[in-house]
Amino acid sequence: MTILAQRPKSLLDVPMHYCPGCGHGIVHRLMAETFDELNIADRVIGVAPVGCAVFADSYFACDMVQGAHGRGPAIATGIKRSKPGAIVFSYQGDGDLASIGMAEIVHAAVRSEKITVIFINNAIYGMTGGQMAPTTLVGQVATTAPKGRDPELQGWPINMCEMLAQITGSKYLARVAVDSPQNVIKAKQAIKKAFENQVNGVGFSMVEVLSQCPTNWHADPMKALEFVRTKMMPQYPLGVFKDEGAK
Amino acid sequence: MTEKTLRKGNEALAEGAIRAGCRFFAGYPITPQNEVPEYMSANMADAGGAFVQAESEVAAINMVYGAASTGTRSMTSSSSPGVSLKQEGITYLASADLPCLIVNVMRGGPGLGSISGAQGDYFQATRGGGNGDYHVIVLAPNSVEELGNFPKLAFDLAEKYRMPCMILADGILGQMMESMSFNFDPVDPNQLGKFDWAVDINKNGRKKNNVFSYKGDNLIADVVERAKRYGYIEKTEPRFETRQTEDCDVLLVAYGLSSRACMEAVVKGREEGLKVGLFRPITLWPFPSEALRSAAKNAKAVVCVEQSLGQLVQDVKLALNGAKPVYLNAYPAGGQPDGGTILPAVKSALNGGTEGLFDLQRHAEGFSYECKRDASLGVQGDWKGGK
Amino acid sequence: MYQGIRIAGFGGQGVVSAGILLAQAGVEGKKNASWLPSYGPEMRGGTANCSVVISDGEVYTPIVAVPDTVIVMNEPSLPKFEPLIKKGGLLIINSSLINSRPTRTDIKSVCVPCNEIAEKIGMDRIATLVAIGAFCRLTGAVSVESVVHAMKKVYKRAKPEMLELNKKALDAGFEAVK
Repeated sequence: MTILAQRPKSLLDVPMHYCPGCGHGIVHRLMAETFDELNIADRVIGVAPVGCAVFADSYFACDMVQGAHGRGPAIATGIKRSKPGAIVFSYQGDGDLASIGMAEIVHAAVRSEKITVIFINNAIYGMTGGQMAPTTLVGQVATTAPKGRDPELQGWPINMCEMLAQITGSKYLARVAVDSPQNVIKAKQAIKKAFENQVNGVGFSMVEVLSQCPTNWHADPMKALEFVRTKMMPQYPLGVFKDEGAK
Repeated sequence: MTEKTLRKGNEALAEGAIRAGCRFFAGYPITPQNEVPEYMSANMADAGGAFVQAESEVAAINMVYGAASTGTRSMTSSSSPGVSLKQEGITYLASADLPCLIVNVMRGGPGLGSISGAQGDYFQATRGGGNGDYHVIVLAPNSVEELGNFPKLAFDLAEKYRMPCMILADGILGQMMESMSFNFDPVDPNQLGKFDWAVDINKNGRKKNNVFSYKGDNLIADVVERAKRYGYIEKTEPRFETRQTEDCDVLLVAYGLSSRACMEAVVKGREEGLKVGLFRPITLWPFPSEALRSAAKNAKAVVCVEQSLGQLVQDVKLALNGAKPVYLNAYPAGGQPDGGTILPAVKSALNGGTEGLFDLQRHAEGFSYECKRDASLGVQGDWKGGK
Repeated sequence: MYQGIRIAGFGGQGVVSAGILLAQAGVEGKKNASWLPSYGPEMRGGTANCSVVISDGEVYTPIVAVPDTVIVMNEPSLPKFEPLIKKGGLLIINSSLINSRPTRTDIKSVCVPCNEIAEKIGMDRIATLVAIGAFCRLTGAVSVESVVHAMKKVYKRAKPEMLELNKKALDAGFEAVK
């Protein structure tokens, strides 16, 4: 018998708490596959955020640190500078990375910290129950934007990849989605590249993943995928925004 | 003992930390502690460690959180407003049971305050400062020599009890130069053993380590369990210094720079025939309550000398629990005591006078205050203009 | 011996580094010593001052509120620091730049034309060292020899010629208050 697919060793065999149809689990798996394939599982150290992925430390087989909201890039900096041989990632949501942790992500890029950031953008605060995120779309309803996001009052969504691309220290920036098998494959390629960069000492690498949140979007899983394609992608186009990795 | 050399307080502290095996420093500029990051930026790389100038105090303490997670001797330093910003990280460090060194070279407050040396952060340091039930060990040096030697003690205590340790100094100690010597051999951190809890490269397939402060259902048990450590520390780790307490009529209580002025007051007072003694807490948490009680045994009165408006005095009153009258000789917001300003307070404490003694209720006697809105200035809605 | 000293003058006269020199000289003479600058915005110009304590025993607070000795190098420093001096204390006045005279009679005042002496040696900006030389003789708190030893540690990058000039300034100050 030939095994064609199995759970990656870097992902623990424990039940996840994520909601049905959520994108986090897919991204976890893509990362775990990457650790196995790049043969770096024994030197990966991850930083889990505050938000839905707060329990990520229970799912990855590697050593994990869970820290304060938005501070992942600072914590990852402390780990990487203390253990330069480690492969360090910070896993963050949109409120974490693009709101409360804006300074930390920008300056990790400015210093070109040799870390990998996985940024889950689902345009909503998930764990706290559907409040408006910095990436919430114009017109999108949230519990703190009951009439939909109004730029007059709440400004416009923020495009992190495009913004960080302006910083010399950022070396790899890609936006992917996990709404379809094809896009999941592309997401895997981007995630793998972002970790290869770190193995090669390239510098700050980030993959932004457009991810679905059926629960807080009040949509069934299929409608949620549709929302990613029809609503999110026009605001957040997929693609590689910067690639200055080693040849 | 090695020969004494003249060193600036902040530089002695930084050099002492490197000698103590500190190999990660993150900080953000703020007066009057800038010599610490400056010294680290010049010397940490040569020592084989990392220096990061962080984008904020918040980022700096979280970098320390990351570095401490790996078992690296890590520190940050700042001054009062910056340490306010660090409180988020400090409560996380305490909750994640991470050892590290936090230095506060205090300045006048509240708010931006002044850059003059002060002691206004006693509550912040000893009461937690961040959210939740936790403590950090607080060491209060009163000389450049102690400033240089306490980092070693701080790291040893922090690691022994898996908790943050703070050195609470002040602007004057940081800025002054003084003859000092190091009383310990440099620590080679590469020779220190690993911790079984630290995150690290894991070549040997040991069990996975998680560092986290989120305890979910286990929080109550976790906090109660950690409190046993706090109780043990309160029993075993209080440090203090006493001077001429055996026969004193008035016991001065002061820490840090204030205690230096008290040393002079003890000498001058005795020259004048006043039996003055001094009790100096070196650990502010754990507070040396029992030692204070025995030092005050024969005193008629206790006078707290602090560069704040009645913070240390609360711990002194708690320790003495009404057994002795406790008075306050206060120098808030950057004020500085000297031997000459303390003795009037000593005399007042003995003869029932008020000179030199601060009492909040007496201070407010005959005073009333009420801020009122004034419609004759216009009304709040005016700004809406044409809308 | 317990000497609390304040040295004051214009920024640029080297009063702050002269204080470090005195403290280091104390250490060279196997004494305990402290130095404290008046730090902050005022160090960016105008009048600067520092506190030094030299003691056979322990140093109490480094803040010298009631100095045993004050050295004033410019006119504005005289009215500011003269009132602080301990009864029976010492005031050294740079009479080259200070025309006013002290009003107190309960202290010992000594005028030294520091800039004129320094100019004769060949460098106006070592005037403060002339005052330090005078201080050595008048107080005996530190010896000129200790100050010379201290210079090598405090002025690490000074050329030998410069150190030689500094030494001359110290000696001239010492001689000026015979």
